[in-house]
Amino acid sequence: MIPLGHYLILGALLFSVGVVGVFMNRKNLIILLMAIELMLLAVNMNFIAFSHHLGDLSGQVFVFFILTVAAAESAIGLAILVALFRNLRSINVADLDSLKG
Amino acid sequence: MDLFTLSCIAAFSPLVGAVLAGFLGWKLGRAFAHSVTIASVAISCLASFLCLSQVIHGAHLDAEVYTWISGNGWRMQVGFLVDRLTVTMMCVVTFVSLMVHVYTIGYMADDPGYQRFFAYISLFTFSMMMLVMANNFVQLFFGWEAVGLVSYLLIGFWFTRPTAIYANLKAFLVNRVGDFGFLLGIGILFAQFGPATGGLDYAPIFAAAPQVAGKLVQIIPGVDWSLMSVVCICLFIGAMGKSAQFPLHVWLPDSMEGPTPISALIHAATMVTAGIFMVARMSPLFELSQAALSFVIVIGAITCFFMALIAIVQYDIKRVVAYSTLSQLGYMTMALGASAYSVAIFHLMTHAFFKAVLFLGVGSVIIALHHEQDMRRMGGLRKYMPITYWTVLIGAFANAGIPPFAGFFSKDSIVEALQLSHTPGHMFAYLLALGGIFVSGLYSFRLVFFAFHGEERFKKAHPEGHEGHEGHEEKHANATQEPHHEEFHGTPHESPWVVTLPLILLAIPSIFIGALTIGPMLYGDWFEGAIAKTATLEEMAGEFHGAMAMSVHALTTVPFWLSIAGVATAWFFFIKRPDLAGVARRKFGVLVSILERKYGFDDFNDWFFAGGARKLGQGLWTWGDKNIIDGIMVNGTARLIGAFAGYARGMQTGYIYTYAFSMILGVAAFLTFFLFYVRNL
Repeated sequence: MIPLGHYLILGALLFSVGVVGVFMNRKNLIILLMAIELMLLAVNMNFIAFSHHLGDLSGQVFVFFILTVAAAESAIGLAILVALFRNLRSINVADLDSLKG
Repeated sequence: MDLFTLSCIAAFSPLVGAVLAGFLGWKLGRAFAHSVTIASVAISCLASFLCLSQVIHGAHLDAEVYTWISGNGWRMQVGFLVDRLTVTMMCVVTFVSLMVHVYTIGYMADDPGYQRFFAYISLFTFSMMMLVMANNFVQLFFGWEAVGLVSYLLIGFWFTRPTAIYANLKAFLVNRVGDFGFLLGIGILFAQFGPATGGLDYAPIFAAAPQVAGKLVQIIPGVDWSLMSVVCICLFIGAMGKSAQFPLHVWLPDSMEGPTPISALIHAATMVTAGIFMVARMSPLFELSQAALSFVIVIGAITCFFMALIAIVQYDIKRVVAYSTLSQLGYMTMALGASAYSVAIFHLMTHAFFKAVLFLGVGSVIIALHHEQDMRRMGGLRKYMPITYWTVLIGAFANAGIPPFAGFFSKDSIVEALQLSHTPGHMFAYLLALGGIFVSGLYSFRLVFFAFHGEERFKKAHPEGHEGHEGHEEKHANATQEPHHEEFHGTPHESPWVVTLPLILLAIPSIFIGALTIGPMLYGDWFEGAIAKTATLEEMAGEFHGAMAMSVHALTTVPFWLSIAGVATAWFFFIKRPDLAGVARRKFGVLVSILERKYGFDDFNDWFFAGGARKLGQGLWTWGDKNIIDGIMVNGTARLIGAFAGYARGMQTGYIYTYAFSMILGVAAFLTFFLFYVRNL
């Protein structure tokens, strides 16, 4: 049986990859969306691990909800991305600085 | 009617008149304005005389009309104290005011501010009545400030003239100095007596005052002063402002910028005597302080003599009378200082009549010559204006103190009181008073001879430049002719009856009132209970044997011959040898220019107080306002916020990863906080 710690380390690694992906990525907005998705998956991983460890199914039920919402969110994110590309002819993250003060 | 109702009518009737004329006059016209105000003042005058008749028969009123404020253990109210002193003032004020109201119909006939003027003078009468009838210090102060306000409004009546605005501002500011002292005096009285007597009423304070006669206070630490001296000197500083005593006299000559009727009413007959009245009313307090009396007598003496000297060199006819007023106020003040309070009030009364005559007569001349005030353009008016001439002559005789005119009795009594007084400094005052008598004769008859005798200079061209060393004062006066001034053509003629009737009615008391009232007022028991009876007066009473005897006796005394000498000097210089006047002016050029510059008080005040205040203001503006308030406070705040915002803006890169990074940092910080800090609590 794989101990709980290993799952948590995997989740933390996945989350860190997602975080680094968010702020190291200067080129592509799609990669950014994928990095966010990775962070969500890391969280899901923790949920499942704890659910299994504690013998409580409600954690896994939450994971379903989160996956559903994440799918919807990705769809909206991609739609925004398409709209953005139509306007700017670019999905380069470094170009998206219209909030600059 | 009982005394209370009568006094309410006397006090409030002019207020009704003023309100009606002031608020409705513009709509209902000139005739309405003057008839309503004259009626109201006439009612007030009638009520005052009815009060007089009741008071003569022993009535006395000290009653409250209305409670204004009350607090824990003290209260302030509107209340009337009608005793013999008050009723004397009431009759003088309302009678002179009534005469001036009538006179104004003629004097202001073609002025656009006619209704406003009537509203103001009625308001003045009301204020003055509140002042003299007060039974407590707060109402006294109200009346005091109200007459000051009306005086301010009336000096600046022709508010489009810069000189009038300068003069009314000056009057207001100089009076503030006096009022500050007055208010301090009232404040000390309240601090001392307020808790025990439950307010600022006269009667309990006067009753309690002797118990603190010896009390010392330290205003500057380490220096002991008598409480009563401090109070009395503070109160007298108020009187110095209002009654134009040296060195706060500077506003009175400039107040001649106002129309002549108010110069007569406010700046000669009534308001300026408020200070004298106040000191007489406070006589139980002043009697407790020898130092204050000494201060009073010296100030009065200086004012009396040195202001009279200035009158000799003035050419503006109104200013001559104004300086004469200053000098006469000096006499009254000296009498107060000599503890002869009733003599001061006696002179106040006779002076009110004869100075009103002089002023109104001068006003009559000014109208006849179409608002010409320069005496060098008058002369020979005697045969054109007989009534004015005779009434002014009576006023001049009274002013010079020639028996049996009213001024003689009061002025001679003052000189006698000064001689017999025990106040330190009384001999100094006595000598200056004697000098003042000579000068009074000189300037009064200089005015009469200049205006009414001699050649008819009003037909000639403008005399500007005749005198080599014309002070800036004359140019000042010439530049400020009344607005509708025109060059004079034709012959002057006597003024209408509305002008001459008041003159005659005021000239009659100027002759007789002194002889009629000297017995009861000074040596009888007229002021019993109202004014402290003093040793000086008792000594004087020993030498008094009736008005007739006094007149006859005067022929052998120094003051009489001094005033005759003054008149004779005037006659010699201005009638017999008019050429000598110019020679004398050149001979004493330095002296004359000192007098023309009025001892430099105006220059000093302009330079030191006005200039100093402007410098101080400039300094505060550049340093305090521009540097500290604008530079550091206001703009500094804006600059600080700007700098902070610039820094904060640098953090807003607009890149998603920056925001994400700071979010993660934030999450990490919160997590750390919760893990290591909150959980360990």
